[in-house]
Amino acid sequence: MNLTKMKDRLNKDKIINPTTIALTLIIILLFLGNNISPGFASPTQIVSLLIVASLLGIISAGQNLVILGGREGIDLSVGGIVSIAAVVAGNVMDGSNAGIIPAVTITLMVGAFIGLVNGLGVTFIRIPPLVMTLGMLGVLQGLLVVVRKGVPSGNAAPFLVHFATKPLFNTLPGILWLWFLITLFLIFLLKHTVYGLRIYAIGTNEKAAKMTAVPVEIIRVSLFVLSGMFSALAGICLLGYSGSSFANVGEQYILPSIIAVVFGGTSLAGGKGGYFGTALGAILLIILQSILITIRIDESGRQMIFGATLLILMIFYGRGKVLRS
Amino acid sequence: MKNNNKNLSLELLRNYPFVPSLIILAILIILNGIFEPNSISLSSLTGLISTYLALMLLAVAQTYVVMSSDIDLSVGGIISLVNVSIVAFMDHFGGGFYIILLSLILGIIIGILCGLINGFVVAVLRLQAIVATFATSIFFMGLALFIMPVAGTPASDLFWITYFENYFGIPFVIYILIFILFIIYFLHRSSFVTRLLAVGDGFLAAFQGGLDVTKTRVKGFLLCGFFSALSAFCLTGETASGDPLVGAKMTLLSVAAVVLGGGALSGGSASVIGSMIGVLIIGLINSLVFFVGTPSEWQNLIQGLSILIALMIGIYINIKAQS
Repeated sequence: MNLTKMKDRLNKDKIINPTTIALTLIIILLFLGNNISPGFASPTQIVSLLIVASLLGIISAGQNLVILGGREGIDLSVGGIVSIAAVVAGNVMDGSNAGIIPAVTITLMVGAFIGLVNGLGVTFIRIPPLVMTLGMLGVLQGLLVVVRKGVPSGNAAPFLVHFATKPLFNTLPGILWLWFLITLFLIFLLKHTVYGLRIYAIGTNEKAAKMTAVPVEIIRVSLFVLSGMFSALAGICLLGYSGSSFANVGEQYILPSIIAVVFGGTSLAGGKGGYFGTALGAILLIILQSILITIRIDESGRQMIFGATLLILMIFYGRGKVLRS
Repeated sequence: MKNNNKNLSLELLRNYPFVPSLIILAILIILNGIFEPNSISLSSLTGLISTYLALMLLAVAQTYVVMSSDIDLSVGGIISLVNVSIVAFMDHFGGGFYIILLSLILGIIIGILCGLINGFVVAVLRLQAIVATFATSIFFMGLALFIMPVAGTPASDLFWITYFENYFGIPFVIYILIFILFIIYFLHRSSFVTRLLAVGDGFLAAFQGGLDVTKTRVKGFLLCGFFSALSAFCLTGETASGDPLVGAKMTLLSVAAVVLGGGALSGGSASVIGSMIGVLIIGLINSLVFFVGTPSEWQNLIQGLSILIALMIGIYINIKAQS
């Protein structure tokens, strides 16, 4: 049996699938972290790592859906939506628990609207997603200046802060329960509903999907709407996590949200992958970052190691095909 | 007759994908002239070019990778790295003429090395360009921070004074622009650009046609690194100092400029001249928003919206023409 055949077998038996790689790396990194600084893998520490990972994970959920839908699907506007959402939610609730429900409703609607515009541009004017969402990012950055009027504004309600940082009913923090539910929901949605299967269908072969009467346009628009809503949700959670909204807080999440999806085994070409892997990818990315913070080196060294490690990890994942005639 | 006309415009657009952007550019120049008559003068045009020369060169850099359907998100990182490297070099060895010359050679070598790393990870290791070049950009920015942890080291006086000098009544930046256009023309004359575009049209077809796809893509990244280094020189002349974070905001603008200039990110269709026009469009939108008297806090929003609309119009025309 030659090497390629063996590789095929292993892939088929799902021994080296991306989820397993991510899980193994997470465990290795936790051991490594605990060796470098004892207590790194303690339960409380892991919970706080997971809280940070949940913010990235929720944004990556939308990113994941858009990428699965294919046609070079990608959403660069997530960072702008997160920032806008944090400001809008903070201003609507303005530090009072009573304001949470209207704030969440309005913020999700704002996210959905931005996603709708992205989706319409991509689907009907046929702007490539990268260009459309890049342009949208520019618009949102400008909008942020207008909404904030140059001064920090908006405070998180006490309950939201509690939800994002403190244990809920003596168990895990509410934000982790939320992320857990989102994960279950997306796994169910993608693998066991008609809608989910149609996402894979349009991501794999849009023409074939169209011929079998899949409403390709509506589904693609809905993916961008969902991405906008997930980013808005992450913005609300981020507001709770940090207590108040500050400038361009979301931009740092744009490319990591794509990398989390890639580390989770979803192909950037679309039609292949799922959310469980992406959630693990988000956790992997956050653990890697916090290990680098634990090692006491300069910011410069930290960045160089982070960049190099990302590259090395990427080699484990979807490398392109060798060209053969 | 009407059909003939359509065929003609189609052919025009296929050979010169930047024609729609040229029209947008003309409209913007006229609008700028209406709201601020002084803006249509030689001095304000050279002003525009000198402000946006660095971004123009970066857009050129980005074009060479977009041609072969790749993308380079590390160009901002390369600019930062080259900027701090040459400023630190000049600062350390004194800013004499020969030191400046040496620092420029050093900068070009760094730029090409960065391009080589990108080409290696994207074309040889076959990682996805968008995530792989993001990873290398983190690495380059880390290296820039290592060389110069805080911004503010001044560039050699001779360096930036030369950059702003007039020679024979013509600003130095115009000479740079002519020099760059000469390099671009030379590259265009060679078969290299054609090969890049062929690769961008489809790896498999190019491969079966006997092209070395990997080598061609790596060369695209090398050119990208080279032009990013040139862009860093202009930025250094413009800011007259070293700053490890200076390039961060320019990466996405360079991608936007390529698209504004009629380039398709799916590869096989992009033009360097178009991308330079794309940068001028961004620059003219920014000045127009200022000239019409937009309140300062609204300026970024209107700029963002106008750029998005310009992107949409350009792509819409290209798609219509090709269908």
